[in-house]
Amino acid sequence: MTPPFATPSPPPANADTPTAQQRETATTIFERSVAGRRAGSVPSCDVPERPLDELIPRNLRREHGPQLPEVSEPEIVRHYNRLSRRNFDLDTGPYPLGSCTMKHNPRLNEKVAALPGHARLHPAQSPKRAQGALELMWRLERSLAEICGLPHVSLQPSAGSHGELAGLLLTRAYHTDRGEERSRVLTPDTSHGTNPASVTMAGYEVVKVATDERGGVDVDDLRSKVDDDVACLMLTNPNTLGVFDENIREIAELVHASGATLYYDGANLNAIMGRSRPGDMGFDIVHVNLHKSFSQPHGGGGPGAGPIAVSDRIEPYLPVPRVVRSEGGNGAAPTFDFDHDQPKSIGRLRGFAGNFGVFVRSYAYMRSLGGDGLTEASEAAVLNANYLLARLSEGMTGRYLPLAFDRTCMHEFVLSGAPAKRELGVKTLDVAKRLLDFGFHPPTIYFPLLVDEALMVEPTETETRESLDALADAFEEIVAEAERDPQIAQEAPYTTPVRRLDEASASRRPVVRQTL
Amino acid sequence: MTRYTSVTDADRQAMLDAIGAQSVDDLFEQIPVEVRLDRDLDLPPGLTETECFDHLAELAERNAHADAETCFLGAGMYDHYVPAIVDAITQRSEFLTPYTPYQPEVSQGGLQVMFEFQTAISELTGLAVANASLYEGPSSVASAAYLAIGATKGRRKLVASRGLHPHSRQTLETYARGFGAEVVEVGLDGGVTDAGELAAAVDGDTAAVFLQNPNFLGAVEDLEALVAAAKEGGALTIAAVDPLTLGVVRSPGECGVDIALGEGQSLGGRLDFGGPSFGFFASTGEHLRRMPGRIAGETTDVDGRRGFVLALQTREQHIRREKATHNICTSQALNALGGVIYLAWLGKQGIVELGELMARRTAYARERLAALDGVELLHEAPVVREFAVRLDAPVEQVLDRVAEDGIAAGYPLAREYPEYEDALLVAITERRSKRDIERLADALARAVRASRGEPAREEVPA
Repeated sequence: MTPPFATPSPPPANADTPTAQQRETATTIFERSVAGRRAGSVPSCDVPERPLDELIPRNLRREHGPQLPEVSEPEIVRHYNRLSRRNFDLDTGPYPLGSCTMKHNPRLNEKVAALPGHARLHPAQSPKRAQGALELMWRLERSLAEICGLPHVSLQPSAGSHGELAGLLLTRAYHTDRGEERSRVLTPDTSHGTNPASVTMAGYEVVKVATDERGGVDVDDLRSKVDDDVACLMLTNPNTLGVFDENIREIAELVHASGATLYYDGANLNAIMGRSRPGDMGFDIVHVNLHKSFSQPHGGGGPGAGPIAVSDRIEPYLPVPRVVRSEGGNGAAPTFDFDHDQPKSIGRLRGFAGNFGVFVRSYAYMRSLGGDGLTEASEAAVLNANYLLARLSEGMTGRYLPLAFDRTCMHEFVLSGAPAKRELGVKTLDVAKRLLDFGFHPPTIYFPLLVDEALMVEPTETETRESLDALADAFEEIVAEAERDPQIAQEAPYTTPVRRLDEASASRRPVVRQTL
Repeated sequence: MTRYTSVTDADRQAMLDAIGAQSVDDLFEQIPVEVRLDRDLDLPPGLTETECFDHLAELAERNAHADAETCFLGAGMYDHYVPAIVDAITQRSEFLTPYTPYQPEVSQGGLQVMFEFQTAISELTGLAVANASLYEGPSSVASAAYLAIGATKGRRKLVASRGLHPHSRQTLETYARGFGAEVVEVGLDGGVTDAGELAAAVDGDTAAVFLQNPNFLGAVEDLEALVAAAKEGGALTIAAVDPLTLGVVRSPGECGVDIALGEGQSLGGRLDFGGPSFGFFASTGEHLRRMPGRIAGETTDVDGRRGFVLALQTREQHIRREKATHNICTSQALNALGGVIYLAWLGKQGIVELGELMARRTAYARERLAALDGVELLHEAPVVREFAVRLDAPVEQVLDRVAEDGIAAGYPLAREYPEYEDALLVAITERRSKRDIERLADALARAVRASRGEPAREEVPA
């Protein structure tokens, strides 16, 4: 990959001289297979070598084994190392993807997650012999409760969208228990796509709420839609435009007066830790993305974890098993256990007790920073975003890629590439692709949907002022270049391992596995 | 400043000047006063890296892990050897720290891994297509139910074998309340799914039939026969399978299932007290466009180079919103990478050899334990990696005694199957040698005798 920032002159903008990586044809591990080669070996058989027919009848057995690759260990290592170099990653350069909170992933967390007491602990181990793990989970739950301002936590959901589904099933259980049946869930038109998708999965109908001219929920529209058939309003605050909804208390009152629950999508929690708490805003249910605010590495698309924090009225319905703590008595240490016996619980959302390895990493992160440090992280995230916004509002970037809602932002902001498209013929997609040549990952693009040609920028607190300056300089250079010659951006990127890919045909005539 | 931020006082001042703000507090002015937190978070102060490591290490030491004792626990996750290259490669920054590959030009590594993973899962299961991972096993079962309800247009009954992992059945129940569906259970007979009861349970309102192979009691089912019985009513057939047994056990594809899925931990995954691992999901070609989760597809770039992209994104939440085939976004990409590295490491011969070794050692352990006084088989169906025995003694007491010998003897079935109150599920992997099995047998024999109140054999006069 190209090195990050500090680019003295614009990177090449021609496709005539392919890079070494571009000359290398993508080859899969299956295509590297040669009959007879192998890497791993299986221990020799130390028990009587009985014919398989005696153990498993032939009709239940596989006749021809699966065609797995036949490759040696050096080949596997080289193959995946070479593949890794065809990825851009956060450890190499800025990754300002809005709503994704691409903050530094401390290696300490990897180190403690790999300790045998964590990594080698079997999930069916008796809780009596897993006290350290249960205590860690209990402490993480308590910390999340304090940060969210809600007293009860379940760590079980595997990611944010899993937490959303949990929250909606909790809402259903809550209303059912009160003898109520409600069929609709409200989501703003700026919401993450997972929100409406979760609503449908939970068996509700989605109703959209409009956004007002300040970028918040249109309270009049909300008022006209809230009634006793509405089960829940799902909100992100600060929302996906990067602004805090100033009417949150009024919104909460409207929702609660109708008997609905108020759900907090915690994707943007990184903006407000130690500054404001969803529970104090009136939310009943919150999901937290441990892979966003709490530094679990994104892994190219997971793993994550989506714990939920809830108010007293929702608590009886939380998923099982719950982690419980009992006082030791007579000076003995407290003990921890799983409690499966919760008659009103919605039940399980997955196997065992959740993504424990993620809990270890996020717990280590919280202990590293402490309460003050978490608050400082949010403050730095907001400072960095506003600084980058100020830099991008200058010069030609500000002219062609203006801020969509002209307000002080929180931890992220949304630009509109509409003027660049209209006046230069350069789309947001083109700007994003040209950023790749400069060694930056682009922002989230074309989201939220209500902003034309949107670019959603979230630098996070772990970027330095210098890297923000370099990113701003790259934007400015791209826009200036586009004004001179829009074709450069329109055909970018030039330096990446492959150039623009034909996504349409990959969906029209999908080739989703290799023919062996 | 924290050790993960870099804002010096001079930086802060320069940045505030550029913003045109007086203080950082100004930036938070937009939060209404009544919802601001007017105190510090009530959390302990930050720790240095050394202190934090020591604290976590102290917690870790209070867990009896699989290096500290000999582990015969299974029940869905297994103590297999994790090759060194799995950790070495998955810890590389380029795989560890990117986001989902939304910009394919700089994500070819991750996208190609997904494509290779899909190919491997498709090969293992014997089905035409596979996705790039789901969260883990039991929630993948529930995801298949969502697909089936969509595919069968309004059918609302889900039939599940009692041999399906209890966590899968419970997760299915949880999700089904959202789908407005009903879960009907089919019992076991002789350790395997009761075929007659299954056939009787399937009717014109049945969206899907859920089976597991090997089932939770370790028994290898006659999957083909069960599938044939279930298909007559037009329901989709869905099998949860253990990928590491598929070198020897008949593949779900050969048995005619519509969807095969399962827990991927056994493919090079850590135990991690239950997660993160990955779920896999494969189906016949006809369900490709309803499939949940990310799918990578092969394509070419503008210069004709081979490349990979996220395919069929119109199924997904970020495009289709409330009409998406599933709500999943962040999945388990890094764990799936570990899975495909493991499968390449094990290879075409290795997966068969490992399956055969497990089958032979499991048979040996099963006979060895069944020969003990006070131990008998729970069922006599064929097994490949796990088997169940009944103890003529209180199971929890026996487990505590065996633990004193440094052995986790197995999973007490009473936790999930009240009808098997004194039963134990014992798992064997390539890491459990004959010697380990002998140790287990001896320790179990002693513990059963002691728990029945009999004196230890050494003390019995000759």
